Amino acid sequence: MKQHPNLQLFLTFFLIGATTFGGGYAMLPIIHREIVERHRWLAEDEFINVLAVAHSSPGAVAVNSAVFIGCKLRGFPGAMAALLGSILPSFLVILAIAVFLNRFAEHPAAMAAFAGIRPAIAALIIAAMLKLGKPTLKKPVKLVYLLGFLLLSAVFNVHPIVIILLGAGSGLLLAYLGNNGEKKGEQT
Amino acid sequence: MIILELYLSFLKIGAFSIGGGYVMLPLIQQEIIENRAWLTLPEFLNILAIAEMTPGPVAINSATFIGYQAGGFWGAAFATAGVVTPSLVLMVAAASFLSHFYENRWVQAALDGLRPAVLALIASAAIFVAESAVVDILSAIFSLTVIALLLLTRIHPVLTLLLAAAAGVIFYL
Repeated sequence: MKQHPNLQLFLTFFLIGATTFGGGYAMLPIIHREIVERHRWLAEDEFINVLAVAHSSPGAVAVNSAVFIGCKLRGFPGAMAALLGSILPSFLVILAIAVFLNRFAEHPAAMAAFAGIRPAIAALIIAAMLKLGKPTLKKPVKLVYLLGFLLLSAVFNVHPIVIILLGAGSGLLLAYLGNNGEKKGEQT
Repeated sequence: MIILELYLSFLKIGAFSIGGGYVMLPLIQQEIIENRAWLTLPEFLNILAIAEMTPGPVAINSATFIGYQAGGFWGAAFATAGVVTPSLVLMVAAASFLSHFYENRWVQAALDGLRPAVLALIASAAIFVAESAVVDILSAIFSLTVIALLLLTRIHPVLTLLLAAAAGVIFYL
């Protein structure tokens, strides 16, 4: 069966979006299988580059990689096809649940189930932080920054956007200071 | 115009959620729960639970759900469009002409500095969720059990949520 390339992009990312739970790292193996192994749209090293870019940009990694790959392959129409494919499964499923939940959220069994799930969500976030943080938590300087930012965010209620900007600024400042240090070192 | 407000709020949330879905949580807390009051905290936690248990990125799932609660179908459509607009713009730019942008050392330095900030925001999200989710000894046990399962075994996160839901029905009903 021959499909239009944009339709193929749409369907591939629809499949990826529909079968990956929890987002983020859970979907990487599935994207890899579809994009690199099955369709051969990207070579292994290109795929790794896409992930690096998708990961260091704002937004969901799955959506970012979809747009990037779609645009690389088919320009802006390809980017739109991949984008719609990657968000449509979530959109439709959540819409269906939202309509349904409004009717059942007050049911005692649903309320009991949610009372059980809520502490598990907190656990999920803590576990994600510990896993993501392993390399950062080992460096004392970074740990100090982390605790400082946490204090600002959790205790002083500083807006998250300010925290993000402070983080980027501190990285630039450290690099600038390091840069000057290197230059002095070269002169001697 | 609630639809336009939803689009702009989620555009802001999308533009600053670097480093994965959980970074979005403190932003949603400030923008949606505290500033706009489109949602209460318990409602938000239920949405988060559903976002985790359904396919797709948590960012998209939460935007769709919150958009629907606040503005019906079009609210859902515009909130979702808002949260993906930064992805679309930046990734099209990156794929078309900025492919070396991320190799620039200053960009790398900024990203390096972002890492502890992102972790702090995730930790802050954990505290904020735990404060209202861990309310008694039972829920503290649930929480610690799930952390142990996630760190020590290769269990799928969705499975831990289903177990927690079952435990909730058994112990709280």
